[in-house]
Amino acid sequence: MASPAAPLLAVEHLTMRFGGLIAIDDLSFAASKGEITAIIGPNGAGKTTVFNCITGFYKPTSGRILLALGGEPPAGEIDALTGSGRRWRHGAAGTILLLERMPDHEIAARARIARTFQNIRLFSGMTVLENLIVAQHNPLMRASGWTLLGLIGARSYVEAERRAVERATYWLDKVGLMERADDPAGDLPYGAQRRLEIARAMCTEPALLCLDEPAAGLNPRESSDLTTLLKAIQSEHALSILLIEHDMTVVMEISDHVIVLDYGQKIADSTPEVVRNDPKVIAAYLGVEDTEVEQVEAEIAR
Amino acid sequence: MDAAQPRPMATSAVASMLKDALGSALVALGLAVPILALRTEQNMANELILQPRWGYVGIAVLAAFVGRLLYLTAARAPRLPRPRAGLSTAAAGNAGRIFAVAGLALLLLYPPLALTLAGSAGSIKWIDNFGIQILIYVMLGWGLNIVVGLAGLLDLGYVAFYAVGAYSTALLVHNFGFGFWLCLPIAGIMAAFWGIMLGFPVLRLRGDYLAIVTLAFGEIIRLVLINWVPVTGGYAGISGIPRPTFFGIPFNASDEGFAAVFGLEFTPLYRTIFLFYVILALALLTNWVTLRLRRLPVGRAWEALREDEIACRSLGINTTNTKLTAFAIGAGFGGFAGSFFAARQGFISPESFTFLESALVVAIVVLGGMGSQIGVAIAAIGMIGGTEILRELDWLKRIFGADFEPTHYRMLLFGLAMVLLMIWRPRGLIASRRPSIFLRERRAVRAELVREGHG
Repeated sequence: MASPAAPLLAVEHLTMRFGGLIAIDDLSFAASKGEITAIIGPNGAGKTTVFNCITGFYKPTSGRILLALGGEPPAGEIDALTGSGRRWRHGAAGTILLLERMPDHEIAARARIARTFQNIRLFSGMTVLENLIVAQHNPLMRASGWTLLGLIGARSYVEAERRAVERATYWLDKVGLMERADDPAGDLPYGAQRRLEIARAMCTEPALLCLDEPAAGLNPRESSDLTTLLKAIQSEHALSILLIEHDMTVVMEISDHVIVLDYGQKIADSTPEVVRNDPKVIAAYLGVEDTEVEQVEAEIAR
Repeated sequence: MDAAQPRPMATSAVASMLKDALGSALVALGLAVPILALRTEQNMANELILQPRWGYVGIAVLAAFVGRLLYLTAARAPRLPRPRAGLSTAAAGNAGRIFAVAGLALLLLYPPLALTLAGSAGSIKWIDNFGIQILIYVMLGWGLNIVVGLAGLLDLGYVAFYAVGAYSTALLVHNFGFGFWLCLPIAGIMAAFWGIMLGFPVLRLRGDYLAIVTLAFGEIIRLVLINWVPVTGGYAGISGIPRPTFFGIPFNASDEGFAAVFGLEFTPLYRTIFLFYVILALALLTNWVTLRLRRLPVGRAWEALREDEIACRSLGINTTNTKLTAFAIGAGFGGFAGSFFAARQGFISPESFTFLESALVVAIVVLGGMGSQIGVAIAAIGMIGGTEILRELDWLKRIFGADFEPTHYRMLLFGLAMVLLMIWRPRGLIASRRPSIFLRERRAVRAELVREGHG
């Protein structure tokens, strides 16, 4: 963690076991504020499992996932929170949260982590605009007085809904879906659905955006547009992004920091340039060379 | 087929249609021979004799042949290209609004209309059996529509909440002497409470499993009502539930009764008409609340839950609370309907709350088109009104003989109607979804895109 930026997310000694299968084995890494951190690795390396642990869809077997909204917290605060059995704590430098103790919806609402899915999960029978309004459920729910004020048509709720539509149109404009606002989400072409999912996640005003293979299934032009979009979002909204991606052009172009997983373990953790030339990474992706195989076989035979 | 193509229907097409119809007739023949052709009967000497009924077989085969031929002809008829749902819905929306206003006006004018058309003696049947009975099911359908249609949670035990509402009213009346108007809200709250009680254990269940557990819940409530004799009276039920009063004025023949107070001649008709407007108001309240909720965050969260529960959680929606509110509000309206039912009948027993009632309400919601308010109302009118109509078909006895009882064919007709409807409109009568908010133009969402929910 030589990076000068303040740490946002710290994953420490994370282990996830499914029965006898160890999907993640004692993984530690950190993601810094305002940076794009990519997690790459061959199929089955445990990338999506890491995501599911961070976003609360899985309960990790062991380990700590710390999120610091607002800057580097004093070490004493972290220890106090960990020992207390509570889920979060408002400290000197801002709120710190222990994600492994929180259910998924609370992570999205309180820890301000938004995510997208490898297989797109839109509300396909609802319109594009409705998808973005549903994403603003929690503030709207408060504005509607947990439905009571909304039911009688209170002005404050009408006003809140107008603001929600404004935010939605801002993001529709950003991802270029303004024309399709009143179309069902399920009618959009694949690339547009990917962009809509990102817009929907951004409507929750996240501090950390987790993207699970956002470029999967996109053609080269679409993925270059995606790169531009992500770069723009990151700089304009002081957003941190955690990214799983197989498309190396995208990864190398936008990442500030790359973590490589193989069989649930971290094999590299550095800048894109360093990772690209790391022999261990190359071996994990391309397999080992023939001469090395012979060497290994000789070792086994011995 | 394609309207642009030249007209003359090739003879080969006619031949293939005939061949197809002939095939259907053959299948009908194969089925009809073992089922219809021979009937065993006892003769005078108590011997079994075979009575051939080839005429029936002939009718069945002919019906299959002609029916199939007509169907094929209709299918081949040149058809204007169907506008893609979503293009012309501004007009469709207007038509829907006009339809709703007209329907509402008709409902408001229904009692006087029945009175003038059927006379004061004949109109009770029309207002009570058709009007009130149908409106109760419309209300139940709308209540269940929140749970099944919007939130996508298949609830096969909805009658339990209807029963809770009815028994709450009956017990409150008997033990505390409360009037109907005080019992009504309490019954709704009780039912909503039991909705939450059911909701908690079934939160993790989805689809078939949820359906089975809710079904069991309905049966549990019914069995408790049967067996907890000291409180509920068991099979004997509870009688003597007072009818609703008109701002404290009862509908009876006494000097303080409605007729006497307003200087009218006493007839039970006034009470029936009053009950009609009460249930109409309750049903419209259900409808108004549902339409309103759909445009609030809760309602959108219900629909989002039906579409994709995992995506909901990733957006910070507490799916537990969302499901529980759906169960509670749906159950609450069931409770209101139950309370009204108890006050209207004056007598309740567990036999009114069997699984068949749940199934009927679910069928109304599914046939109407899940999530569509007007569709549910039409389905309720069709299903309940259809049953009542069967009672009126005594003239059929003149055709089919004196021992012909049209109501016996109720379930057969139900089944047939359901099969036909599911072929013709697999997603219910009104399957397209109306978006709850729009930027420029409200365009309906095609049924194929809307999910049915899985839990």
